[in-house]
Amino acid sequence: MIDVAVANLRRMAGSLLGKPRMDLPLLGALVLLALVGLVTQYSASDLDRGQAVAQGVRLGIGGLLMFVLSRIPPSTLRNWTPWAYAGSVALLLVVAVLGEGRGAHRWLDLGVLRFQPSELLKLTMPMMVAWYLNQRPLPPDWTSLGVVCVLIAIPAGLIAEQPDLGTALLIVASGLFGVFLAGLSWWRIGLILGSVAAAAPIAWNFLHEYQRNRVRMLIDPDSDPLGLGWHIIQSKIAVGSGGMWGKGWNAGTQSRLEFLPEHTTDFVFSVYAEEWGLVGVLMLLALYAFIIGRSLWIAANARDTYSRLLAGAISMAFFVYVIVNGGMITGMLPVVGVPLPLVSYGGTSAVSLLAGFGVLMSIHAFRKRGAA
Amino acid sequence: MKFKPIKDTRQEAALFVRRALSGFALILLALAALAGRFWYLQVEHHDEFQARADSNRILTRPLAPARGLIYDRNGVLLAENIAAFRLEIIPEQVGDMDALLADLSATIGINDDDIARFKALRKGKRAYQSVPLRMKLSEEDIALFAVNRWRFRGVDVVPYLTRYYPRGQEFGHLVGYVGRIDERDLQRLDPSRYAGTTHVGKIGIERSYEELLHGEPGYELVEVNADRRPLRVLERVAPTPGKNLHLTIDVRIQDAGEAAFAGRAGASVAIDPRNGEVLAMISVPGFDPNLFVNGISSTDYKALLDAPDKPLLDRALRGTYMPGSTIKPFIAAAGLELGVRKRDDTVLSTGEFHIPGQQRGYRDIRAGGHGRVDLEQSIAQSVNTYFYSLALDMGIDRLTEGMARFGFGAPTGIDLVGESSGVLPSRAWKRARFNQPWYPGETVIAGIGQGYWVVTPLQLARGVATLAARGVPQQPHLLRATQDGFGDEPTKLAFSAPGEPVFRDLANWEAVRDGMIAVVNGPTGTARTMGIGFPYTIAGKTGTAERYSRTTEAWEHISQVAIERHQVLFEAFTPAEEARIAVIVALEAGRAGGRDAAPIARTMLDAWLEGEGPPPDALAARTGDAP
Repeated sequence: MIDVAVANLRRMAGSLLGKPRMDLPLLGALVLLALVGLVTQYSASDLDRGQAVAQGVRLGIGGLLMFVLSRIPPSTLRNWTPWAYAGSVALLLVVAVLGEGRGAHRWLDLGVLRFQPSELLKLTMPMMVAWYLNQRPLPPDWTSLGVVCVLIAIPAGLIAEQPDLGTALLIVASGLFGVFLAGLSWWRIGLILGSVAAAAPIAWNFLHEYQRNRVRMLIDPDSDPLGLGWHIIQSKIAVGSGGMWGKGWNAGTQSRLEFLPEHTTDFVFSVYAEEWGLVGVLMLLALYAFIIGRSLWIAANARDTYSRLLAGAISMAFFVYVIVNGGMITGMLPVVGVPLPLVSYGGTSAVSLLAGFGVLMSIHAFRKRGAA
Repeated sequence: MKFKPIKDTRQEAALFVRRALSGFALILLALAALAGRFWYLQVEHHDEFQARADSNRILTRPLAPARGLIYDRNGVLLAENIAAFRLEIIPEQVGDMDALLADLSATIGINDDDIARFKALRKGKRAYQSVPLRMKLSEEDIALFAVNRWRFRGVDVVPYLTRYYPRGQEFGHLVGYVGRIDERDLQRLDPSRYAGTTHVGKIGIERSYEELLHGEPGYELVEVNADRRPLRVLERVAPTPGKNLHLTIDVRIQDAGEAAFAGRAGASVAIDPRNGEVLAMISVPGFDPNLFVNGISSTDYKALLDAPDKPLLDRALRGTYMPGSTIKPFIAAAGLELGVRKRDDTVLSTGEFHIPGQQRGYRDIRAGGHGRVDLEQSIAQSVNTYFYSLALDMGIDRLTEGMARFGFGAPTGIDLVGESSGVLPSRAWKRARFNQPWYPGETVIAGIGQGYWVVTPLQLARGVATLAARGVPQQPHLLRATQDGFGDEPTKLAFSAPGEPVFRDLANWEAVRDGMIAVVNGPTGTARTMGIGFPYTIAGKTGTAERYSRTTEAWEHISQVAIERHQVLFEAFTPAEEARIAVIVALEAGRAGGRDAAPIARTMLDAWLEGEGPPPDALAARTGDAP
């Protein structure tokens, strides 16, 4: 019996460790990004070792999840997809009724674990879109598009209502990227973008007052320098004072002196830009571009349409994090709560991001034969 | 899982690759735009944001310099700094200020004056700057506050240096005092130099040498967080303490004079005629300057204001006295210099003088007159008739001009603020003051220091000093030397150049001096007793002026009480040959100058002598005794 057990363990360990199932360039880039994140966290928290360790633990949990998901074949994921989607939307409904959070109802307290069901959607949303489009003729027709829009709108509406505009935006984006990658014709895309632009004034009326103020502040942050404009002004000062070469690690005055609010979470990029300057920013953006490009390459080599669309949507949604956060801290986009992926402090986003990369790794592992 | 027959997986894959490529191209474009934005902020506008980051994080905190100390000429401390505690409030950290102030008043001794001053001071400061509420907390207040501290957010006990005047009221007028900076002070002070300073010189030396005493403030560049809470000091430039001042005053003379006044209202000034150094400057009654340093209570202030003998009036600087007979040596000097009289010319004193062709009589002190007297006798016995006729012969214009050369009618220019200029009778003055012509009778009484005459004790002292220095006027001054630090040798100040000599012929000076010697030493002198036992020859002159006009009711009322009837004055210098000290004493009420004012002067001269050491001849005698 013991022999059998040991043999089983050995076989399991061998299958886990023996063959490299993960894409090593992508894995290396993610590890590098996580390290940059930890170093920046350590500085932004004013050398609070506890905070860096806590972030490291979360990254470790995310990495473990990534590893586990990378072992699950995409076909299995595909079979779970409708249930996973339905389950996460159901949890959103639960949160809407009895959730708790700081001003916003987005947390679900499971006693030992507190998490935001909206994070689940970051994975189940592109899965659902991929699952649906996989069964439809491509490029998508109006019917497919309509169904996808409904699939997106239900959870996105619930999340925007929490209110968590940033996450809603990410989920909408991940869904729409699926349709885009499925080959939705350019003229249909143009038509949709045109009507969205036309509907923007109407949407304005549905925004919360604080959300409108964030947009107003973007246009003229100096109108209320100690109030709502404060975030934008201080962030721009942090970034701008960083200069070409930066002030050096742990020498950023803006964040360390608490001028910069949320300097470990949503505005950690400002700290990084202040300390490492334009050179550091360009290197970080290059790292992000590499991760996105490599992910899309994995998607292109996926075995089936489901895997392709899922991998592609996850890759492009990752980009949305970067551009929305970067746009926000440089005062180009309104202040919305979108973290800088794998650098901002916070467990849920790190875990859900790494889970997404786990799916990518699995798709890579079960790629087309003959693909590199 | 069902697959629709129309699906073309190969074509779907190709479509996906095209879309992924175009999507990645768009992503790269967006990232490039973001990079461009970073370039715009970090390179293009770097300087601007760098400046804003610096102003964000660095707060310049002024450091008040320690105020310079004040010493007399012997190194006796007249003003010093002692450690104390004050209560300060940072308005920004206080929610309901009125409630806080009410609560504080109920807990420790905060009064309405403190609150009013606090509110006034608060206007000029930013919300994060602390504003003093009450100075010089008592130990009890500090203890009470410490116990209740948790209730008072934004309130703190801060140590500081406060001014202390160890000699109290003796130097209240002369040294003056510092007080809390008020709104009026803010208008004349440089705000950057006084940013950390709470007190400023209000009167006296403290006021006139504010510039030297204050010193240069230092500053700290303090790194602060967004709440303006200091985190650490980046740079510290220490303040330069104010200069220590060494005055010309000799506390021994001041002490002796002060004591000799025994509380009687009056003033005294002693000057070294050789250089204008003021050796003593007394105004009685005085007041305790320490009361004013940390805000005088309204009760105390009212008491000082309402006191009948006006303790807040600096009589030496602003007191107005009719010079009376003390002006006679000056009139004599002017007459001799003009050639109107010769030394040996005599005048017949009959007890009453008449302007030719006029009825009104001008009296002598002694009924029946002094007989035929020359200049020396006229000064010694204070013969009015001699000076009536002299003044009339000079005429008012020449009299005015001669007196102006001794400095009468103009401020002495001493290094104190608020000096009065007195009144030197003249046609121009009368025209300006009353718009009336001048009458000869007014010239007559001007000759004996009456009528429109007004002098301040300081003016008279300068006149006497000028006379003592053979007519060479020296600028009266109080500052002798300044000192940068305690270890440093004091830097003695150069004397100002002397004024234009009054005497062209020193024989004239000798004549006047001999008259003044006779006042003290002659058989008929009006101050015969004051020089007895003094090793040097004293030259002097008494003055007794009526306080009230004889025509008024007040005169009738007061005439019964001789002591109340007169202002009495005495002026003197010694040694008569080479004067080293000139002194005047003015008493607001007394019987006669020789009787009441001269003894005070003698006491001061004795004190001066003590400091000077024994006279050269006595010294010679003693060395002669030695084996």
